[in-house]
Amino acid sequence: MIVGGGLVGAALCVALAQAGLEVVVIDRVDQRGQLDAGFDGRASAIAQAPKRMLSHLGIWEHLAEATPILDIRVADGASKLFLHYDHTEIGDAPLGYMVENRHMRSALFQALRPHPGVTYIAPAEITGVERAPEGARLTLSDGRTFNAPLVIGADGRQSYLRGQTDIALTRWSYKQTAIVCTIAHEKPHNNVAHEHFLPSGPFAILPISGNRSSIVWTERVGLVPDIMELDDAGFLDALGQRFGDFLGALSLAGPRWTYPLDLQFAHRCIDKRLALVGDAAHGMHPIAGQGLNLGLRDVAALAEVVIEAHRLGLDIGAAHILERYDRWRRFDAMLMLSLTDGINRLFSNDIAPVRLARDVGLALVNRSGPLKRFFMRHAMGEAGRLPKLLKGEPV
Amino acid sequence: MGAESTVSGAEIGHFDALARQWWDEDGDFKALHRINPVRIQYIRDQIQAHFGIEVGAPKPLKGLSILDIGCGGGLIAEPLARLGAEVIGIDASADAIGIARSHGAKLGIQYQNTAPEDLGGQRFDCVLSMEVIEHVEDTELFMEATAALIRPGGLFVGATLNRTLKSLALGKIAAEYVLGWVPPGTHDWRKFVRPSEFASLLRRAGLQVSDFTGISFRALEGDWTLSRDLGINYMLAAAKPGGE
Ligand SMILES: Cc1cc2nc3c(=O)[nH]c(=O)nc-3n(C[C@H](O)[C@H](O)[C@H](O)COP(=O)(O)OP(=O)(O)OC[C@H]3O[C@@H](n4cnc5c(N)ncnc54)[C@H](O)[C@@H]3O)c2cc1C
Repeated sequence: MIVGGGLVGAALCVALAQAGLEVVVIDRVDQRGQLDAGFDGRASAIAQAPKRMLSHLGIWEHLAEATPILDIRVADGASKLFLHYDHTEIGDAPLGYMVENRHMRSALFQALRPHPGVTYIAPAEITGVERAPEGARLTLSDGRTFNAPLVIGADGRQSYLRGQTDIALTRWSYKQTAIVCTIAHEKPHNNVAHEHFLPSGPFAILPISGNRSSIVWTERVGLVPDIMELDDAGFLDALGQRFGDFLGALSLAGPRWTYPLDLQFAHRCIDKRLALVGDAAHGMHPIAGQGLNLGLRDVAALAEVVIEAHRLGLDIGAAHILERYDRWRRFDAMLMLSLTDGINRLFSNDIAPVRLARDVGLALVNRSGPLKRFFMRHAMGEAGRLPKLLKGEPV
Repeated sequence: MGAESTVSGAEIGHFDALARQWWDEDGDFKALHRINPVRIQYIRDQIQAHFGIEVGAPKPLKGLSILDIGCGGGLIAEPLARLGAEVIGIDASADAIGIARSHGAKLGIQYQNTAPEDLGGQRFDCVLSMEVIEHVEDTELFMEATAALIRPGGLFVGATLNRTLKSLALGKIAAEYVLGWVPPGTHDWRKFVRPSEFASLLRRAGLQVSDFTGISFRALEGDWTLSRDLGINYMLAAAKPGGE
């Protein structure tokens, strides 16, 4: 039983249903609501390993479009030092793919539709959860109850299920807000992603289909209301100052959204008859476009552990089964959280010695082949003992 | 129970006191819960191979009758029933049988507080004896009674501990006294059975050994895995000729 039918919850649902498990998904927002143009304006960078899983699960084929990223250019504020990641350095495959979240949601819903074992209940709110040694029971606001051996919390950063446990949560706010929008530009982006480290936070230009890019503009919280109140011309002007003119004239191709940024991680991602996945377990800075990727790696690991237990006739919610998942994921999640947090801290300031150090650091990373390849591979989701789904293999 | 019995009195009292804790995953049987998945994997795979069952079928053991000798609280019987088998579990401890019955009530498993030699005349596709032989007084009598319960063409799967210096150090002393994985007094090392001894017991009972596989603890991963090391825990499969 999965609470939260967002990107991570829905992907897990497809993986489990394909292996013949019965899955109930409960979400506050129904599928039509989640596909609504105003619901989520983000685009996500999907790394190679999660992409293989999405292909294997028959999700990728339903995607309306996915834009390969062939090159990533990282620039540090005013200085002209570039860190340059070119996909040809580690093989022929693109570094990743940009996918608009609304397309991803639509593909997920199409992939789970044909499975007879899936019950998608939305809109519905959870009002109670009991977790006993013999099983778990959820109560919905309309009074319905469901019993299951395992409850999966895919209910996002504010996870209700996590709140019902004594799992410790570490969180701090970056005092930054992400402004997200889609822009159209005169010249083609040539599948290059740009990340500009500005003192107020990173500014990312991510290539999507046509002459369009998805913008993630990280800004200090206090400045955001003023920026959001600007009219389109004023907003484009402010954006252009950060963007530069290398893609010609810019225009807005959709509404603007804001997302407050914080880091949080749950000290355990399991509890009695409960497993947490995705943002419910770890929310991070979008600096390296890793949040969803990490969530999809959770999906691959939890699906493998649960499906193997199911095939052995074991109780899928037993502690010793869930412990395997917790052990498997913890290291990866911590590494990613500290990397993204460290990068953001290092770059979101304008103190001269720090600037110098990181400029030298960037140049060093750029010149050191092995180190750079390690970062690239990790950002592509290739490091660590991979769950089978991430290799594109059946569980 | 007959006059001649395979059950050892001193051994049973030991398990009765613990029976309630069979299903407490963090209790005295913690180690058993953690080793259980690889055991089931071995049993399932051996059964699938022996009876030519397609791998990955939704209920792979459907239609097979399985007898689990020394079923305890039902740790092996329950998963096998979920995989479709008709399972009968027997144990010398009435307490364990009581626990097993109440825990697995919905799975349709039959539990009986009896010994193999008292099941007379019945025949099963597959008979299991997981960590039983090392608790038994007369192993020859036990193996004979067990083999008689397998139908011609059927399969025996067993698990036990090897009698090696390594198993004395790790399987007995470390597991019971140092790591506390199992309660002190669980095992009597002198009763541990070497693979060659187990094989000859099986042969004399008319069975043909088809596989030996070890179970090892991986310290780094913190879990158990099937391996070629028979030095401590091992499992084996043996076929009863004839049938079909
Ligand atoms: C600006 C920005 C840019 C990003 N860019 C990238 C990127 O490029 N690449 C990348 O990999 N990641 C990126 N991320 C991160 C990524 O978007 C998230 O990690 C991902 O969406 C998490 O998915 P989720 O399913 O875990 O959580 P959510 O998307 O939050 O889904 C949770 C679901 O649970 C439901 N729910 C919650 N509570 C309840 C309840 N009590 N009852 C019923 N239903 C409930 C909600 O309705 C929702 O549908 C970005 C994030 C931000 C903020």
